[in-house]
Amino acid sequence: MGFTLAEKLLAHAASESNVYAGEYVTASIDLAVSHDNSALVIDRFHELGGNKVRTPEKIVIILDHRTPANTIMSANLQKRVRHFIIDQNIPLFFDVGEGICHQVLFEKRLIAPGMVVVGSDSHMTTHGAVSAFATGVGAIDLAAIWKEGTLWFKVPQTLKFIVQGTLSSFVTAKDISLSIIGKIGAAGASYRSCEFYGTAIKDLSLASRLCLCNMMMEAGAKNAIIPSDENLRFWFNDAKKSRYDVVYADADAMYEKEYIIDVAELVPQIACPHSVDNVKPVSAVHDVAIDQILIGSCTNGRLEDFAIAAEIIGSRKVCNTVRLLLVPASRTVLLNAVKKGYLQRLIKAGGILLPPGCGPCLGLHQGVVADNEIVLSTSNRNFQGRMGAASAQIYLSSPAVAAASAVTGVISDPREVVR
Amino acid sequence: MIIRGRVYCLGDAINTDVIIPGRFLTIQDPYELARKAFADSDPLFLDHVAETNIIVAGENFGCGSSREQAAICLKFAGVKAIVSSSFARIFFRNAINVGLPVIECSSAVNEISAGDTLTIDVGKGVIKNRSLSKQWTCVSYPEWMVSILTAGGYISYIRKNKAL
Repeated sequence: MGFTLAEKLLAHAASESNVYAGEYVTASIDLAVSHDNSALVIDRFHELGGNKVRTPEKIVIILDHRTPANTIMSANLQKRVRHFIIDQNIPLFFDVGEGICHQVLFEKRLIAPGMVVVGSDSHMTTHGAVSAFATGVGAIDLAAIWKEGTLWFKVPQTLKFIVQGTLSSFVTAKDISLSIIGKIGAAGASYRSCEFYGTAIKDLSLASRLCLCNMMMEAGAKNAIIPSDENLRFWFNDAKKSRYDVVYADADAMYEKEYIIDVAELVPQIACPHSVDNVKPVSAVHDVAIDQILIGSCTNGRLEDFAIAAEIIGSRKVCNTVRLLLVPASRTVLLNAVKKGYLQRLIKAGGILLPPGCGPCLGLHQGVVADNEIVLSTSNRNFQGRMGAASAQIYLSSPAVAAASAVTGVISDPREVVR
Repeated sequence: MIIRGRVYCLGDAINTDVIIPGRFLTIQDPYELARKAFADSDPLFLDHVAETNIIVAGENFGCGSSREQAAICLKFAGVKAIVSSSFARIFFRNAINVGLPVIECSSAVNEISAGDTLTIDVGKGVIKNRSLSKQWTCVSYPEWMVSILTAGGYISYIRKNKAL
């Protein structure tokens, strides 16, 4: 019997000749990622008896959740992280303003195919887009990696998704993600590895693949992974990577379940309050007036997301009852979106530009929502209270739906608005 | 490791944003974090837990963010154990690491009611309901995971093992 990608990558990292789903392994971690919660990880590291981190080069810290700091408390915590970086000679540190950790890790090509990467952020699943095994943990687990360089895993079962067909205009990777989650549920991939195949996946840009793998966290996935192809090789071509292991699953690998999905007829999707799996076609949600729209986040804050939003808005204005927040996922995205004129168009239309980072996605600052407000966000979570008041209602969609709705002031299908 | 307590019931998909909203994540004192547990959805949570300290909940408990504070605030609020039909994986790891017993047992969840008195043998993976005179077998842990829980969490476990 052959092996899935998760089985192969975890076996390699654990220096085992073969492991199957259900076994426990202790794997060497190629990169340990953390963000603003590094302050908590530092405490845990010391509580574990840590003095010097084992391998400073295998640690990345990117401050992204509160950019710049929103309270004295978070400013002090960020300051502690900066001191720790210096004390421990950690070379890979990116301060506030560089961007969301997941986008920065991708742009800097810090995660390469075949790596086993762990971060104290749930959306680490994103990095399966570059064919790595990447998963999220909490602060104690991450501190243990700083100290020992290893972590235990239960080797996951794998779900295989074969996604076929060509997407229609204004239908995106976010719609594929939402339709999958709507089908399998918010726990549909719990503890599972998700492998993606098919022509529709091959056609996705790397940015769109990041979006898809990011969203699989919301189905409970341990990791999501797309096998390496020419697109990915091209992306890493110029990088002088010492590490680049192209690994494929075996043809006779054992999958727990196989899903065959055709996206040719897929229409824009929307997740309704208060659960990511409460998914409907946008056309089924009528007359919902929006107070605030967010285009950004580790799911949909990339250049292609601002491109499609700018295209849809065109020379129109944002409806005067709507606040449109624009949060580029990184400094590079921001600069490119300026260069291409996307941001100029969106700001001229009435959009409000915020610094690169997680922004208002988790209700910390920069656009906290009021009681009973209706929000449309391109991020990944619509839990009650996520973005501010618990009585607010959060809808999730693609940037195309967000931009179309910004123009009309109500939840709208971009295909109707552009026509 | 034997846990005794009375049951406080919660529903399906209790997510980490509901357990501890993002705006409280800079709080470092665990007892102060505990006072913010379920701040938006159940402001009297701390009072409930004083009398009913075993949470029994449905599917996908702890889904969402990787915030360890979700497990910490429940532990320091006085929650002795959580019995659920299933747990989200990061919350599960965090709970074990902070020494909060999380027990997967959907058959028990279906039959237990609020206020019931339970005895949980974590090592043997058995839940006894004294109110119903019934017992259930849960999904079992590897021995080393029980040792982490018995030690009171991963940090105490490492410290104890170092002392040996």
